[in-house]
Amino acid sequence: MAEFRLPANSRVRKDGRLFKAPAGAKNVRVFQIYRFDPDSAENPRLDRYEIDMDACGPMVLDALIKIKNEIDPTLSFRRSCREGICGSCAMNIDGKNGLACVSACADVKRDIKIYPLPHLPVIKDLIPDLTNFYAQYASIKPWLQTRTPPPPDGERLQSKEDQEKVDRPSACILCACCSTSCPSYWWNSDRYLGPAALLAAYRWIVDSRDEAAGERLDELEDPFRLYRCHTIMNCTEACPKDLNPAKAIGEIKQMLAQRRH
Amino acid sequence: MSEYKLIDHTYDVVVVGAGGAGLRATFGLAEAGLTTACLTKVFPTRSHTVAAQGGISAALGNMGADDWRWHMYDTVKGSDWLGDQDAIEFMCKEAPAAVIELEHYGVPFSRTEDGRIYQRPFGGMTTHFGKGIAQRTCAAADRTGHAMLHTLYQQSLKHEANFFIEYFALDLIMENGECRGVIALDMSDGTLHRFRAHMVIVATGGYGRAWFSCTSAHTCTGDGGGMALRAGLPLQDMEFVQFHPTGIYGAGCLITEGSRGEGGYLTNAAGERFMERYAPNAKDLASRDVVSRAMTVEIREGRGVGALKDHIDLHLEHLGPAVIKERLPGIAETARIFAGVDVNKEPIPVLPTVHYNMGGIPCNVHGEAITRANGSENIVPGLMAVGEAACVSVHGANRLGSNSLLDLVVFGREAARHCSRAVKPGAAHRPFKADAGETTIARLDKFRQAKGSRRTADIRLDMQRVMQSDAAVFRTGESLNGGKRRLAEVFASFADVQVTDRSLVWNTDLIETLELDNLLGQAVATMHSAENRRESRGAQAREDFPNRDDQNWMKHTLCWVSSSGATRFDYRPVHLNTLTDDVESIPPKARTY
Repeated sequence: MAEFRLPANSRVRKDGRLFKAPAGAKNVRVFQIYRFDPDSAENPRLDRYEIDMDACGPMVLDALIKIKNEIDPTLSFRRSCREGICGSCAMNIDGKNGLACVSACADVKRDIKIYPLPHLPVIKDLIPDLTNFYAQYASIKPWLQTRTPPPPDGERLQSKEDQEKVDRPSACILCACCSTSCPSYWWNSDRYLGPAALLAAYRWIVDSRDEAAGERLDELEDPFRLYRCHTIMNCTEACPKDLNPAKAIGEIKQMLAQRRH
Repeated sequence: MSEYKLIDHTYDVVVVGAGGAGLRATFGLAEAGLTTACLTKVFPTRSHTVAAQGGISAALGNMGADDWRWHMYDTVKGSDWLGDQDAIEFMCKEAPAAVIELEHYGVPFSRTEDGRIYQRPFGGMTTHFGKGIAQRTCAAADRTGHAMLHTLYQQSLKHEANFFIEYFALDLIMENGECRGVIALDMSDGTLHRFRAHMVIVATGGYGRAWFSCTSAHTCTGDGGGMALRAGLPLQDMEFVQFHPTGIYGAGCLITEGSRGEGGYLTNAAGERFMERYAPNAKDLASRDVVSRAMTVEIREGRGVGALKDHIDLHLEHLGPAVIKERLPGIAETARIFAGVDVNKEPIPVLPTVHYNMGGIPCNVHGEAITRANGSENIVPGLMAVGEAACVSVHGANRLGSNSLLDLVVFGREAARHCSRAVKPGAAHRPFKADAGETTIARLDKFRQAKGSRRTADIRLDMQRVMQSDAAVFRTGESLNGGKRRLAEVFASFADVQVTDRSLVWNTDLIETLELDNLLGQAVATMHSAENRRESRGAQAREDFPNRDDQNWMKHTLCWVSSSGATRFDYRPVHLNTLTDDVESIPPKARTY
C-alpha cells in the first residue's frame, strides 16, 4: 500500500530562523529555505533570509551562494556548472522542480520558497539521496548493445533523420526534476522506473545503431516498471531542458502494443 | 582524532576524478582486468567535461581531405612551439581511432548528409600546413562534451566500474618519493578512506576558480594539483592560462568557438570585424590567445561596445534559424538565459574569460608523472596524471579548441594501456606505514575546527580579485610583482580562516575550505611562474617582454610551492623530436594567423 503520510521526522517546523537584510537595503526579497541538520534530532525547518537583490545575481543559485558566503556557511546544496548543463542544482523552487542556476528570481512572485526535490530522502538541507534514481538509470542498460561488429575503419553510418530521433532524448542531464515531479514515482519509486530512466531506455530503443530494442522492450513490459505511468505529464512540464519524457513513454507503450499484434 | 573513522581499501589502480579522462581510464582499466576504484567528488556526469560544447578534433576527412600531420602542425603552432612534438604526434595520429571508438560506444554525433560524423571548422585548424581552413572538429550539436561524458559513463556502467561517489580526495599517500595510494573523505558521513594502489591516476581537471570570472564550474578547484604540491611535486607551465574569447559578458558562461566555426564573427563599437586586422588569414578562427588579445586591445583602445565600452559583440544573426537550431541550439538558449539576447536578432555581448589551464602535473606520453631532482628527470613511481590536470605537454603555451576532448580520450586510454602493461592484476601490496595519512587527518581537523576571523568565501574572493587583475590577458613585471605581493597577503590570511560548519555530514563549508587550500597553491604557482618567464609565448603576453625568446625560454617551467607559499623553479626541455619517422619535427618559426 502506498504511504501518503510522510514519517513524523519529515514534518517541517514553522519556527525557523529569520535573517534580516542589512540596513539601507532597498530591493529586499525573502527566501524561505528548507533546512535539515542530520546531526541533530530536530525536524526540518524553514529559515527566512532577507536578501538585497541589488547586491545579488539574478538566479536562485546566485542567492543561495550569497546566503552561504555572507550569512550562513552551513547552508548546503549541490552545484557545479551554473549554466544548466550538469544537473547538480535541481531543487523545488516556488513549488516547481527546476535548476537553481537557470531559474530567475524575477520569475517568482512574493517569497521564494526553496525545498529539496520532492519525496526523496534528505541527507542535509537541499541535498537529496539520489542513489535509487541512479540505480534505476543503470538498470535499463543505458549503453549501445549490438551483435553486428562495427565497421573496422570508420564510424557506423547514421542518417540525419535517424540522428534526430536520439538528439533530444540523449540531451537529458539526469537532473531528476522529471521523476521527482511525478506523483506515481512518489508513491512507487521502488518499482516504477520513472520518466528519466524511461526516457533513457527510449533513447536506446530508437537509436538506429542499437540492436537490442526487442530485449529492451521486454524488460520494460511490466505493470510497475513502465505501467505506473498514468500520463500525469508533470515530467514534461518540469524538464528544464525542454525534453518530453511523457511523449517518449507514450511511444514505448505504443511500440509494446504494436508488437503484440 | 579518534572521532575520524578510518577505513582501508586495496585496488590495483585508483583513479581520482570521473570526467572525460578519468572515466576513459577507469573503464579501460576494468576492461584490462585490473581492479579499479574511481573516486569522484561529484556524480560522474556532473564533471565539467559535460559543459564542453564545440567538439573533438580528428583528421577523419569527412568534410574534405584531411591529414593528421596537418593537425599536428596546427597543434604545434597553436602551442607556440612549447608543446612536446612526440606527444602531439601521438595524439593527432591516434585521434581518428579515438573518435571512431567513441562513435562505436554510441556517442550521438551530428551527421552529414551521407551519414558520417559531422565536422566543423574551429580556431587554428587548417589544411596543408596553414593554407586552407579545416573542418576537423567532430560535433554533437553544441553539446559534444555532454554527449561524450554521458557515453563514457554508460560504458563505465557496462564494465561495472567501482565508483566512490562524493568522495573528496584529500592527499596522495607518498613514501620516499613513491605514490602508494590516496586518502579521501566520504562526504556523506565524514569517514576517511585510505586506498592502497599500485598506481594512482590523477584526473581532477583544472583550477579556473582561482579567478573571479571563468567559464569553469564551481567544482574546478584543481584538487589534484593541490595534492601534488603538498606531496612535494612540481607543477609544469602554470603561467599558461587560456582566456576563451567568448565568455558571456557578466555571467562568464561559455559560448562555443563553434559559433565562429559556423560563421559567426566579432565586432567592435564601430561595427568593424576587427579580427581581419589582427589575423588576416584565419580572422575570427585564429588561435584563442590571439583572439583574446585582439579583443582586449580593442577594448583598451576605446572601441569596446556597451555603455561602459567594456566588451565585444559576437554576431550569429546572419547564420539563419535553421543553422542555429541544428548546430548551436545550446548556446542560443544560454545567450537567452544569461544575456537576454535572441541570437537570431541581436549580437551576444562577450569578453575573454578564463577557460583552461595548459599547466598541470608534468608527465610523459604514457601519463607517468615526472619530477626533477639532483639535476635529473625521474618518473614518480606509482603516480600518473591525465586530462587537464596533466601537462604532457600537448598544448604547450596555448591549446587549440577541440584538442582538449581529444586529449582526454587519447591519454585516458593510453593510461589504461600503460597500467595493463605495468601493473600485474592482483599483485601483492606492501602494507602502508602505520602513520600513512596522519598529516592529512591533522590538516582536515585543523580546517574543520578553524576559528579564525576570515570566512573562506572572503579569502577566496580576495584571491580571485588578485588573479583577475594581475594574472590577466596582458601582464607586466609590475603587475606580476604586485600580484605576487598581494597573493602572499591572501595566502597568509588563510591561516586565519573561519569554518562555521563542524559537521562530518556533507560539510560543504569544510569542502570549500579544502578546495581553497588547493586553489591558493596553484594561484601562487601561476603568478610566480608568469613573473619568472621573461618572454611572451602563447597565452602568456608580457608587455615588458613582448617577443618570443626561443634562445632562453624554449623550455617548460617547473614550479614547487611550499606550505608557506614559497616557490622554487627548475626547467625541462621541450621535446622537438617526434615520436616516429612518420613525420618530421616542425622547426620553430614566427606565429601569425
